[in-house]
Amino acid sequence: MAIGVYLTFRILDLADMTAEGSFPLGGAVATMCIIKGINPILATIAAFIGGLIAGLVTGILNTKLRIPSLLAGIITMTGLYSITSRVMQNAANVSLLGKKTVFTIAQNWGLSRNNAVIAMGLIIALLVIMLLVVFFKTEIGLAMRATGDNPQMSAANGIKTQGMKILGYMISNGCIALSGGLLAQNNGFADLNSGVGTLVIGLASIIIAEVLIRNLSIGGRLLTLVVGAIIYRLILALVFQMNVEPSDAKLASALVLVVCLTLPNFHLPRNLKGGKQNARSTKD
Amino acid sequence: MPEVLKIKNLHQTFEQGTVNENRVLRGIDLNLEAGDFVTIIGSNGAGKSTLLNSIAGTLPIQEGQIILKGTDITKLPVTKRAKNISRVFQDPKMGTAVRLTVEENLALAMKRGQHRRFRPGVKSQDRKFFKKQLAQLNLNLENRLETEIGLLSGGQRQAITLLMATLQRPDLILLDEHTAALDPQTSITVMQLTEKLISEQHLTAFMVTHNMEDAIRYGNRLIMLHQGRVEIDLAGEDKQNLTVPKLMELFQKHVGSGLEDDTILLA
Ligand SMILES: Nc1ncnc2c1ncn2[C@@H]1O[C@H](COP(=O)(O)OP(=O)(O)OP(=O)(O)O)[C@@H](O)[C@H]1O
Ligand SMILES: [Mg+2]
Repeated sequence: MAIGVYLTFRILDLADMTAEGSFPLGGAVATMCIIKGINPILATIAAFIGGLIAGLVTGILNTKLRIPSLLAGIITMTGLYSITSRVMQNAANVSLLGKKTVFTIAQNWGLSRNNAVIAMGLIIALLVIMLLVVFFKTEIGLAMRATGDNPQMSAANGIKTQGMKILGYMISNGCIALSGGLLAQNNGFADLNSGVGTLVIGLASIIIAEVLIRNLSIGGRLLTLVVGAIIYRLILALVFQMNVEPSDAKLASALVLVVCLTLPNFHLPRNLKGGKQNARSTKD
Repeated sequence: MPEVLKIKNLHQTFEQGTVNENRVLRGIDLNLEAGDFVTIIGSNGAGKSTLLNSIAGTLPIQEGQIILKGTDITKLPVTKRAKNISRVFQDPKMGTAVRLTVEENLALAMKRGQHRRFRPGVKSQDRKFFKKQLAQLNLNLENRLETEIGLLSGGQRQAITLLMATLQRPDLILLDEHTAALDPQTSITVMQLTEKLISEQHLTAFMVTHNMEDAIRYGNRLIMLHQGRVEIDLAGEDKQNLTVPKLMELFQKHVGSGLEDDTILLA
């Protein structure tokens, strides 16, 4: 999921709210497919495709209809709520109890439940990262990165920047829905409201990863994102050890994010790398 | 000589119909033949960048017509014109994608205006070609193919942008004060490179500059924009025999006594 958020946030330089809608959508699609008896791997891929479509919608709203990216994301996210609800046949929760999931497949290899989750999670994360690294080195991948970096130069080189943005939204939300689908399988249920905070968690993972190690190639960066996500979880776990009331959980995670975002600025008052500064302007 | 570019009665007005109405281009007619290297001078706000933006397609054309190699491109978007027109901007940051490496930027430019596919962006034979091209810049960039371009200096980047603009031979190259942000020494290097690339490839070029000596030294034709019109247009011997004082004198004659001092031109 962090990878998905990273794609729009860093590569396209946008904070895409669609994430909050495509995450539960992915969970719902994967869950319903599995319940219908579809192979869990195919079900997970279906979740990915659901995300692609969500991204396509936001992309079209943003580029063709010229709605600002933040608004376009919110619009899609709002609409997706109903769609996800439909997919789940109007239930707020759908259980996967006793069904085959990608994780039970790994368990069949003789792994314990926990190891199965870690193994499958890693396999899928690595697979996605590998595909993305290859993609970003293709002609189209280069064009997409250039579009996020310098749209004017990209257009001057004949890159259809609108198309690239749409494609970026699609891949990004595909990844987010994929992770939604995986989480639902891990949790054993799909939850209509699981999207809340997706973007925040994704952003936090990115920032932590970037604070940890600067200036990495794309592949390295995607890998550190996974580490960033885990660390963010650990920080949250630590915070909760300090007897935080469950109702204050969101506030606590918001504060953790603020700390993560501001810490690097104190160490390095002037960060001259373009990415950081642009990032700030998208959030303002 | 075959005609490359024909601009017919081009007008551009900003904020039309408001009190701020600003008629920047008021009927530009220009014909460029193959191999013409035209320097453009004119005071701040004369409309030089507006003219180049209109040709490149970043500004929609309100009135008039632009014909490139016999094709009417008046209504084509930037991306469609990119196949035939390349640009170098004043700001070295503008011409490259800073988070991409040197070779990735060059690879992007090599595909300017072509269809992009799902195949490797930088191939090993490309690398060899890029190295050779970079070597001729004499900036020791040939071994920095994998350096992020944002880490290079403005002059290095501008030289690379120039290279990018010519990797795929364009029908027309637009240079808008492309040495203005560079120190005097680098500026000379980049100007010499400009001339080399343009003459080697027989490019047709527009070059906007505020440096009168450059405007006179380079190119085979010089035009001056003033109040949205081409006021001076010199080619051939007339251009060769120009000196800065002569040019100032010409300017005064054309513009009349409205000119307070030289600063307008040299600004
Ligand atoms: N997109 C735009 N919208 C509104 N006004 C514009 C726009 N672009 C240029 N102008 C105006 O058009 C006029 C001419 O600008 P232009 O940039 O073409 O001048 P220039 O000759 O390139 O000047 P300089 O030497 O300073 O670069 C200016 O008054 C400017 O404010
Ligand atoms: Mg200008």
